[in-house]
Amino acid sequence: MSTPQHPMPQAAPEWQGASGSPYPTYTSPIPVVRTNLVHAIASEWTKIKSVRSTIWTLGVFVLLVVGIGLLTAGVVASSSSDLAGESPLSLGFFGLLLGSMCVITLGVLTTATEYGTGMIRTTMTACPSRGRVLAAKAIVFFLVAFVVTLVSSTLVALAQVTMLEGNGAANPTGEEWLKATVGVSLYIALLGLLSLAVGSVIRHSAGAITIMIGVLLAPLVMALFMFSDSLRRVQEALFEYSIPNQMSIFYANSLSDSGPSGWDPLWIALGVAAAVFAGAFALLERRDV
Amino acid sequence: MIEAVGLTKRYGDKTAVYNLSFQVRPGAVTGFLGPNGSGKSTTMRMILGLDNPTAGHVTIGGHPYRRLPNAARHVGALLDAKAVHGGRSARNHLLSLAQLSGIPARRVDEVLGVVGLQDVARRRSKGFSLGMGQRLGIAAALLGDPQVLLFDEPVNGLDPEGIHWVRNLMKALAAEGRTVFVSSHLMSEMALTADHLIVIGRGQLLSDMSVKDFISANSADFARVRTPDTEPQLREKLTSALTEVGGNVLPEQDGALRVTGLPLPRISDIAHDTGVRLWELSPHQASLEEAYMRMTQGAVDYRSTDDRKAGLQQPLPPGAQPPMPVPGQGQPDWYAPPPPQQGGRPFAAPQGAPGQAPAGPYGAQAAPGAGPGGQQAANPYAAQQPPAAPGAPQPPEAPAAAPAQPSGAPAPLPASAPVTDPTKPEDAR
Repeated sequence: MSTPQHPMPQAAPEWQGASGSPYPTYTSPIPVVRTNLVHAIASEWTKIKSVRSTIWTLGVFVLLVVGIGLLTAGVVASSSSDLAGESPLSLGFFGLLLGSMCVITLGVLTTATEYGTGMIRTTMTACPSRGRVLAAKAIVFFLVAFVVTLVSSTLVALAQVTMLEGNGAANPTGEEWLKATVGVSLYIALLGLLSLAVGSVIRHSAGAITIMIGVLLAPLVMALFMFSDSLRRVQEALFEYSIPNQMSIFYANSLSDSGPSGWDPLWIALGVAAAVFAGAFALLERRDV
Repeated sequence: MIEAVGLTKRYGDKTAVYNLSFQVRPGAVTGFLGPNGSGKSTTMRMILGLDNPTAGHVTIGGHPYRRLPNAARHVGALLDAKAVHGGRSARNHLLSLAQLSGIPARRVDEVLGVVGLQDVARRRSKGFSLGMGQRLGIAAALLGDPQVLLFDEPVNGLDPEGIHWVRNLMKALAAEGRTVFVSSHLMSEMALTADHLIVIGRGQLLSDMSVKDFISANSADFARVRTPDTEPQLREKLTSALTEVGGNVLPEQDGALRVTGLPLPRISDIAHDTGVRLWELSPHQASLEEAYMRMTQGAVDYRSTDDRKAGLQQPLPPGAQPPMPVPGQGQPDWYAPPPPQQGGRPFAAPQGAPGQAPAGPYGAQAAPGAGPGGQQAANPYAAQQPPAAPGAPQPPEAPAAAPAQPSGAPAPLPASAPVTDPTKPEDAR
């Protein structure tokens, strides 16, 4: 052992002094601190930044959002089409829609990989407060996802507004700016948070990613095939509450006129994520690791 | 101090651990032994609060693990060397654990030095060999400089230097007054490392005693005494003389006597006093490994058998000799049966030595003491019936006065005899 050796602490049973243990005990010279959520957050930050999957998924995300955003803006700008007072910000939608897959993947990986590798047992041994670990993961992931989305969506929005000035695009209002940057970033980050909770429940990366992609696309795809009149209302609801449509509401180009509007998608996402998180916490406490 | 009381864990209808109670005391290395699938790892996981016991409870220093404040500073554990994210470097892996329990980052480099991984600290652990992974796991366990340490199979995959190091590390940690709980299925390893042994089989406690007690309770020490073959009456004379003074004498196949309960010098004195010449007077002791195997024999879940390739072999051309089986396959009769059935061969002698010529078409597979090999049925499948395994090789006239069950007892029985012994020394604690 490399630790400085105390003179044998025969009579120093500090830790279990109350039990009056007749056995010799060891007391570490390293001071014991009371741990809290901040320690767990520091640990999760180290974890998330020290694996390549984070770099890859976020790298692809930025590439998709910025690349597709600039590409669409470039195509529209060069085609000399007239936007007729449309907000130029709406062109950022396509990149973010595709990019959300990356955030979902990263969200799932943040929790599910630990189960896949067995790291979770090491983590839960080091910190038996399981809820604290999940909370720290959620906080760290949410901040990372939010900041990355905010930066890339703002960049794209700025570029699009500049490039499309000559195409008759409207000058976006302050609220439009807010929704197209902060709003949609919060939404994407919440979507990732939902994936993180699903990953914690499913404990299997591939399974959880599949579920989340299903959640993302299935309602829209199902609605596309509901031709029957009797299903009209279901079809509408599926359209309106499908994630792509909810995202488009941040750009005010919803696929339908009824359904959620304004900041509604954010509250919906928040509610769903909170519900799944409650389930994830409960399961985490109860299940064997 | 780890204390388990009535610990039980069921997975569906499979009981992994049943009513396990034991204490692991500080200041000693406690070995935790059992065959594969006997519930060692499940028990370890329950100690660490990873699995919830179906019944019973286990505490560390009086608290359930999950109630310990800053558990990582009190308990360090190596559960599974590969329980790390392979994409993360060794240092970052340890750093994240250190941050989680408020351990200064300096300590990370310190433990990396202790386990000898400082040169690969920044390499991704995916590329680590099993031994390096094991070292990383040990580093994680040592990180919090904890009072209680749990190691699940710590020497798996380590090189001889590493095994030696781990052995000394365990002892050093225990000498500092820590509680060290090490699981293994290698009795020989535990014999060198542990002070105390807890043996389980099929999830139940088989033995809980010090290594010293374990040896004396399970390894039948005996003396072999041989009188001149030419004068059988001397043998009778000595037998009665030895029995008179409290010795336990058993005749062996080849005419020697197996004496227990008397020290060698005493036997010699008695022989001298009764005027019996001795041709041999030798001490014998079963190894700990054999004692352990005998104890767990009935509790082995996964038992290897001969690879007979039944029905897959080409018919042998007439007159051709089948290849001689490698001794050691088909474990049931590979473990030494209790001493008195041994058919007069030294207990510790290598079993089933290649010299034991095969008799049947497949030979007497791995039969220990297959001296009278001719009685092995020519049909290779005859020997396959499990009950025949421990007993069959012994000649039927094997002395029935054995302390352990005589031949013909089905496989699980030999274990039951030693199983009852361990309860005794428990009071002595």
